[in-house]
Amino acid sequence: MAGTQGEIVAAHSLGFQYAGSTSKALDDVNIVIRQGEFLLLTGPSGCGKTTLCRCLNGLIPNFHPGDMSGELLVDGVSVAAETTSELSRRVGYVFQNPENQLFALTVEKDVAFGPENLGLTREEIRGRVDWAMDAAGTVALKDLAPYELSGGQQQRVALAGVLAMKPSVIVLDEPTSFLDPRTAEEVMAAVDSLRRENGITVIVVEHRLDLVGRYAERIVVMDRGRIVADGKLEDVLDSEFDRLSGLGIGLPKVSLLWSLLRRDGLVSERLPTHVESAVKILSERLRN
Amino acid sequence: MGENGAGKTTLAKQLNGLLKPSLGRVTVDGDDTAKKSVAQLSRKVGIVFQNPDHLLFSETVREEVGFALKNFGFEPGVVLKQVERTLEALDLAHYADTSPFLLSGGERKRVALAAVLAWQPDYLILDEPTIGQDYQQKERLRNFILQLNSQGKAVVMVTHDVEFVAECNPKVVLMSKGQIVAQGQADEVLSDDGLIEKASLVKPQMAKLFSQLSEYGFPRDVVDVHRAKMLLEEKLTEVRVRVAQSS
Repeated sequence: MAGTQGEIVAAHSLGFQYAGSTSKALDDVNIVIRQGEFLLLTGPSGCGKTTLCRCLNGLIPNFHPGDMSGELLVDGVSVAAETTSELSRRVGYVFQNPENQLFALTVEKDVAFGPENLGLTREEIRGRVDWAMDAAGTVALKDLAPYELSGGQQQRVALAGVLAMKPSVIVLDEPTSFLDPRTAEEVMAAVDSLRRENGITVIVVEHRLDLVGRYAERIVVMDRGRIVADGKLEDVLDSEFDRLSGLGIGLPKVSLLWSLLRRDGLVSERLPTHVESAVKILSERLRN
Repeated sequence: MGENGAGKTTLAKQLNGLLKPSLGRVTVDGDDTAKKSVAQLSRKVGIVFQNPDHLLFSETVREEVGFALKNFGFEPGVVLKQVERTLEALDLAHYADTSPFLLSGGERKRVALAAVLAWQPDYLILDEPTIGQDYQQKERLRNFILQLNSQGKAVVMVTHDVEFVAECNPKVVLMSKGQIVAQGQADEVLSDDGLIEKASLVKPQMAKLFSQLSEYGFPRDVVDVHRAKMLLEEKLTEVRVRVAQSS
């Protein structure tokens, strides 16, 4: 039931201004996201990235009042014509702070809450809950209370709860802020394998490119409500490095190092996006 | 530093008496925390929590930042001056009359920090201060912390942000399962595979890079971009000269 040729999200001249605000949070945003893409959405604080994500599942304009203009289609259907509850089946949202989205007495009940409210059969609910808890690595936690868990465990439970809705798109808004680096990598790897195995479209909002760079094929950069760069990660990083660092985006340290060496004429290659490619080039050079 | 659930925040809460030890003793400037109230200890030890919403409640940013100062009984003139100074330092002056709850997550975090810094505690505990901050804000925070430190304040930071730590190069204490498992300077600790593994961290990118370049005579304990650049610059220039001479 996807829209035009696998387009899962399509925004045309999308604009939004929060009620009471004097400037536009989104201004002439145009973007097409295809089924199964892993997209990194980034930009400085207040650039509109969270606002764009809130539009995808109808939190805007249903819960955050304001003026919306242009068009936004999810799965070929205009979000303006949909209720948030309908959209929430298609677009799952994992918030920055998992404490804000967990409330049941046990992990298992929390994960089951969404599917139970879809009017599914008992077997279907059971199946979804088991699958989601397994995919998010929370099976061992099922009888614990969410508040007993560490931040990383809570984030996994929040992810499981979203997965149980079997959404086509998952939005993760700075999902790893509260996690230790190892757990953050595990969560990102789990999300990536869900994408590969189930064709789920993944949108990650993140300041830290080093963490997501390995998985995201595409990067979209926003500034002051507009999309200012959109393309393959290595292309955008190489051609827009100075602009991105000017915007306060946490660029991979290895890319930063490279840009400094290149400025001094010591290397000429494209900016590496991860350590391995830098090691390869430098080893060749140093072996001489 | 340490994995989720390692006990970092629990230890931090012991430092201003929010938690009292059930075994052993914690002293602040020689005073046993078990015998002091949180209010007494807070005057010296300021904690900024991970989630700013646990701390904020006032109607304006200005009131929020002045709240503790008023409670500590400072003169209105002093309160005003101190509030303005702190708001300025944290780039919040233009939000003075705004409700903290209308600000973004990263901004609320800075208000929470300002609310504690305003009373100038001798010891500052920051629980995950970089969460939700973009790179420029982190740079500002880093400079601010280094400045406080140079003014003689002790700063204790609980964080998972290895790259941020790599650029500050402080003393690092690693915790795991309720125990301190190692301590040392950041460049030693963060380039040690065994310790990194033990504390569920990942190496900073520069440490990853230099551990793979050690066969070319580089040290392994490089964690920050500045030092990495100096070392590579030297070596690459050498190589270039050699290549030029041989051709």
